[in-house]
Amino acid sequence: MNQKVRLKVNGTDHELDIPARRLLVDCIRYDIGLTGTKESCSVGVCGACAVLVDGEMYASCITLAAAVDGSEITTIEGIAENGNLHPIQQAFIDHGGFQCGICTPGQVIAAKSLLEENPKPTEDEIKEYMMGNLCRCTGYYGILNSIAAAAEKMDTAAGSGG
Amino acid sequence: MIDFEYHAPTSLDQVFELLEKHGDDARLMAGGTALVIQMKQRLSQPGHVIGLRKVGDLNTIEWTTGGLRIGALCTQRQIEQSILIGEDLPLLADTFRKVATPRIRNMATIGGGLVNGDPNQDPPPALIALGASAVMTSKSSERVVAVEDLFIDYYETDVQPGEILTSVLVPKAPAGSGSVYLKFLPRTADDYGTVCVAAVVSKEQDGTCKDIRIVLGAAGVTPIRAKESEDALRGKPLTDENIRAAAALVKDAVDPLEDFRGSAEYKTDMAEVFARRAVEQAMALIPAGT
Repeated sequence: MNQKVRLKVNGTDHELDIPARRLLVDCIRYDIGLTGTKESCSVGVCGACAVLVDGEMYASCITLAAAVDGSEITTIEGIAENGNLHPIQQAFIDHGGFQCGICTPGQVIAAKSLLEENPKPTEDEIKEYMMGNLCRCTGYYGILNSIAAAAEKMDTAAGSGG
Repeated sequence: MIDFEYHAPTSLDQVFELLEKHGDDARLMAGGTALVIQMKQRLSQPGHVIGLRKVGDLNTIEWTTGGLRIGALCTQRQIEQSILIGEDLPLLADTFRKVATPRIRNMATIGGGLVNGDPNQDPPPALIALGASAVMTSKSSERVVAVEDLFIDYYETDVQPGEILTSVLVPKAPAGSGSVYLKFLPRTADDYGTVCVAAVVSKEQDGTCKDIRIVLGAAGVTPIRAKESEDALRGKPLTDENIRAAAALVKDAVDPLEDFRGSAEYKTDMAEVFARRAVEQAMALIPAGT
């Protein structure tokens, strides 16, 4: 049965008429056409489908689009600012934070969520937070290094890095 | 996923109306982390899904005369990060921190987890060890059920037709008590435990065990309170020998399901080991001078 769903995705309002069973990941990819968000495990375990819902990291593969009606969604396409890569994205490039790249949108979203909550995470805090984002190329050290570098850069840019 | 009609009530009264109207064909959805997967796998095929996200007033945490009242829609992450819980009931904060991943904890709620009745979950053993109860609200009445009595069988709970779990009440931890939640994770950090044990222990001045609760998760079709082990220690000196003897009794209390995390025999052995460690570690956390 169809359902009216309103979502603000990366700052743009969308009014959708979609089946109640539409998953958020499918809504983002097929109804809205933003294919940066990937679906991999489909059971909320791997982190590839991570998006921010009202600022909180969610697994879009086990979220009904109808359930987050009225929310603001941030996907990987909404991370760059004014055409410039976000410092997290740049750090993933500079520090080899990805190999095949399929987990990367979720990794970047998770890193953004982490640094918003905890701008100066320790290595253990990064590991604990990123534990739910799997990389089958096993590029975990590159990912850790990228996030640590991004944190440092963002902290300096924020003027609190001394 | 089978097609269904989605409802987004904004008040409990609307929820009760929908439950009355659609009965067994309706499922309530809080965070949806369990239900959406069950629907994808067609283990659950409701004709109506009642989303609770827009129902207000069910996501607060506050001390009341009946204990700490945790709204059913509080997310696991909210509980893990609550300053109130961190200070007054550190066992709960620690237990919720051990659930799955931050992403799942952002979505999953305390109430949704309890009524899902999955025996592998982390919060139930800790809540039972703390003597928590669940407030079940229906259109015309309210009843309070001990979390211990909420679980009937595998994925089967005491929730009655027309009822919704609205909050969880957790009493103050006993004075001079130590508590711990141990999760045996031989696979990955985000997994369910192979076995889990929550223990709350308090001591008399002379060092004997004043009271104790030992509750196991992932050790049977429901969370299991190891009452014989508790009885073996209550009023007795907390010696190494007594603790070992009490932990050995856990093997008779559990009845684990064999799965990819281990055979029933292995989990039974680990239940004893982790029960002993839980009691030892909870004891070590009893504040000095008590």
